[in-house]
Amino acid sequence: MTARLAVEGLACVRGERRVFERVDFALGAGEALVLTGPNGAGKSSLLRTLAGLIEPAAGRIAWDGADVAEDPEAFRAQVQAVFHADAVKPVLTVAQNLRFWARLRGGDDARVGRALERLGLARLADVPGGVLSAGQRRRLALARLLAAPAALWLMDEPAVTLDRDAVAALGAAIADHRAGGGLVVVATHGDIALADAHRLDLGAARGAA
Amino acid sequence: MIGTFAAIVGRDVTLAVRRGGDAATVVAFFVVVVTLFPFGVGPEPNLLARIAPGVLWVAALLAATLSLDRVFRADLEDGSLELLALAPCPLVVTVLAKVLAHWLTTGLPLLLAAPVLAILLNLPWDGFEALIGALALGTPSLSLIGAVGAALTLGVRRAGVLVALLVLPLAVPVLTFGVAAIEAALTGQTAAPHLMILSGFLLGALALAPWAAAAAVRLALD
Repeated sequence: MTARLAVEGLACVRGERRVFERVDFALGAGEALVLTGPNGAGKSSLLRTLAGLIEPAAGRIAWDGADVAEDPEAFRAQVQAVFHADAVKPVLTVAQNLRFWARLRGGDDARVGRALERLGLARLADVPGGVLSAGQRRRLALARLLAAPAALWLMDEPAVTLDRDAVAALGAAIADHRAGGGLVVVATHGDIALADAHRLDLGAARGAA
Repeated sequence: MIGTFAAIVGRDVTLAVRRGGDAATVVAFFVVVVTLFPFGVGPEPNLLARIAPGVLWVAALLAATLSLDRVFRADLEDGSLELLALAPCPLVVTVLAKVLAHWLTTGLPLLLAAPVLAILLNLPWDGFEALIGALALGTPSLSLIGAVGAALTLGVRRAGVLVALLVLPLAVPVLTFGVAAIEAALTGQTAAPHLMILSGFLLGALALAPWAAAAAVRLALD
């Protein structure tokens, strides 16, 4: 299988500190990568570097064989991310919050409805974001992934604050995404089940280097 | 890209209106500052008419600066800004949309309130046209310059005053020619050259500020 996402010799420097270096991996369609490692090992930094928010100190990221730095906008159209912050506006309703993010990436209202349904938020569609619980806000953040198409999902501790039903819904959504040829890179402490995923232990990678 | 632009403008305007306070606070601040002057300098009509152009401009400037900090900060704090930066459109488009939304919720209300306050300050009728023209050209420049200041101070907590310190000196040319346009109209001359210079500033700011602000936002997210 040819790799859709290929990372070679990636390094990240924050301030004076080398967070990680010489990170290599390649993911083909339908494959998943689980990032593990102790706090501060650079899981979030790696995800943010993949998303293009952090300039890599060295190395290259290629999508379908082309360096993403050459056309960052085309790459960004392929990527959806859920980081620590949920990006939920308290004064907008749940549906309005989600519709805005969907519109930015060419999702439509039908997709938004299905995404809310899938994460058990349909009942709360007209409730303002400000009254949601932490877990409900997290569900809404994850619903963004389903509300618009993207080939690569980047997730940073997606299951934090989620209840068991929501974790199951998330696992099912990831499985469907992969079945459709999607890629997933997720930093987690093992609270979501991913079938035959690749693993990258950032703590070990640094120790070896 | 136009759809993205419209979506961001619509969202930011909706947020500003829903939060209520924002646009209303800016106009209320403008009104209060201007109405303080007759109390401070005395109700002498000729004196008020003499200082009216300057007072209106300085008050508008301060009121517009007051709201700059919120252009990017709220989105930075709740994580929306990084998602906006990940959207498949150039960050410059996002920045420009946020600037337009800022102008619609602060510059435009100031523009509408200014003629009423001009009456209060006894500004002669001859100056009204120039006042509105100059504010219409000057306030978008302030939103653009201000966005750069707001983006540059994203790394600083409670940067409200810092933004003002950065932006107000840069706004001096707008202030100078904005006041000069009104004074020209009051002395029977044409305000056109001053308005043209203000247009020049606006075009210059439009060409440079969004790129500078986008670069500063990228730095803040790194």
